[in-house]
Parts: sequence; C-alpha cells; structure tokens
Amino acid sequence: MVEIVVFAVAALVILGGAIGVIFSGNTVHAALSLVATLFGIAVLFVAQEANFLAAVQVIVYAGAIVVLFLFVIMLLGVDRDEDIEAEPLVGQRPAAYALGALMVAGLLAVVTTSAVTGVPAASERWVRDGNEISQIGRLLFTDYLFAFEITSLLLVIAVVGAVLLARTRPGEQIDDDEAVAVLPGEHGDDEQLVEEDAEVDAS
Amino acid sequence: MILAEVSSGWYLSLGAVLFSLGAVGLLIRRNPLVMFMCVELMLNAVNLTFVTFARDLDDVGGQVVVFFVLVVAAAEVVVGLGIIVSILRRRPSATADDVSLLRG
Repeated sequence: MVEIVVFAVAALVILGGAIGVIFSGNTVHAALSLVATLFGIAVLFVAQEANFLAAVQVIVYAGAIVVLFLFVIMLLGVDRDEDIEAEPLVGQRPAAYALGALMVAGLLAVVTTSAVTGVPAASERWVRDGNEISQIGRLLFTDYLFAFEITSLLLVIAVVGAVLLARTRPGEQIDDDEAVAVLPGEHGDDEQLVEEDAEVDAS
Repeated sequence: MILAEVSSGWYLSLGAVLFSLGAVGLLIRRNPLVMFMCVELMLNAVNLTFVTFARDLDDVGGQVVVFFVLVVAAAEVVVGLGIIVSILRRRPSATADDVSLLRG
C-alpha cells in the first residue's frame, strides 16, 4: 500500500514538473519545474532500492545542473516571458503533438504487452545486503573499467571545450562593440542597444 | 484488486510517458535553454527505465549505466550551455531558428 501511494505521488510530481517545463513561458519557472521532476525521479529511485543513485541524482542534477541552468538564465537576463504560441513552421506544433501521442502509444504498447525477456545474470550481480555502493564500485572498476576511463577522457574534453567556448578572442573588446542582454528593470538605454545591434548585424 | 502492488510495468510506463513529454517539448519549444531541459527530461526517463530493469533482473549493472548517463549529461550540459552563452551574449533573444546556420 505504501509503495502505491509513493508511486502515485511521485508520478504526479514528475508529470506535473515535465508539463511545467514544456508549457511555462518563463525560463526560470521551467527550471524550477525541472527540479520537481528530478526530485520525483529520485524518490522513485529510492522506491526501487537504488539509494546511492537517488543521492547522486539530487546532488548532481538538482544541485549542479539546474543551478547551472539558473546561473545561465540570470547571467544572460533571458528570464522574461516569451510567446510560446509562436509557430515559425506552419503545422509543426500539431505535427509534434501527433508524433508525441504516437510515441506514447507505441512505447506503452511495448511496455504493457511484452514480458521482460532478459534473464537474471548468471553470476548474481546484485546481492541485496544493503551494501550496493561497494557492488557498484566493484563493477565500475572491473567489468566497466574501459567505459569508466572513457568517461574521464570525456570530462577532460568537456572542461577544455567549455574553457575554449567561454574565452573571448584575443584583441576583441567585448565591452565596446557587443550588445549586452538588457537586465530586468534597466530599460534606460534600450535605443542605444538597438543601434548597437544594428551595427553588429551590419558588420 | 489490480493495483495490489506496483509492478515494474508501472515504472516503465511512467518512463515512456516522461520520454514522450520530453520529445514533444523538444519539438514545440524555440528557446534553446528550455530545449536543453527537455533533453534532460528524456535522459531521466531512460534512467528510470534502467533502474527498473536493474531491480527486475537483479543486476546492479543497470545502476552503473545510470551513473554513466549522469556523467555524460553533466558534460553535455556544460558544453551546451557554453555554446548557448556565447550565442546569446551576442543576440539576447535568439531562438533555435536563428542559429540554424551555427554562425552565432
């Protein structure tokens, strides 16, 4: 009974958060809805005995990734309401809804009509003795060692790439000739910015 | 009663619905930041599915895969947000349609 209630509440939070991400015009609200979804997923991880992953989920996703999103939103000042009804491609939105409905139907059909065909691992890889972290760690450094090393390479590449992207080109003064995002409540020099924008576009 | 206990089918169905919601959001939104969040939704749906199968098959390897997905998602967000910042710093109101040529 407890599991049903936990699942129902977590599913409501997850789906509500997902719908909030999709349909909120304000980017900050979308990021906060994303937190709700991630937290619901963490709750379902706990319900499925993946306690370590639940902790990692909250720390990495809610703690790092969403904060990074919010940081970028605040940094760029793009937290204004946008028109989410704009449709640059005619008929693209109904087509997207139709494709989404089709995808839900197909995935649900697969999930509900077919049985799990995989067999439990021959060498019992999950001994439920409440010590799953050491089992995950042992697998990481034995069976998945190559993937683990590739992951470290990926992280190094991501760090170098982020630094390269954030760097401005030598000799270029970003303060002089670049249009900067208008901060909320600071609309005094809008016209000047528009002019600068036009210059940038023209050049 | 059918709902006597939460079987793995319920978790898998929830993952399917969440994945589709993320896909629809990715298709209908124009703001690059929100599109990124929709990708995160899809990754989380896959994570939920992996954990469900790990429980079903008594194989903690499914959880290890989720661990890798988390790492890749973090790296992806760092690089993606770097690109978005460098584009939006020049054009504060750029949408995904404006950057279709990858020229900033």
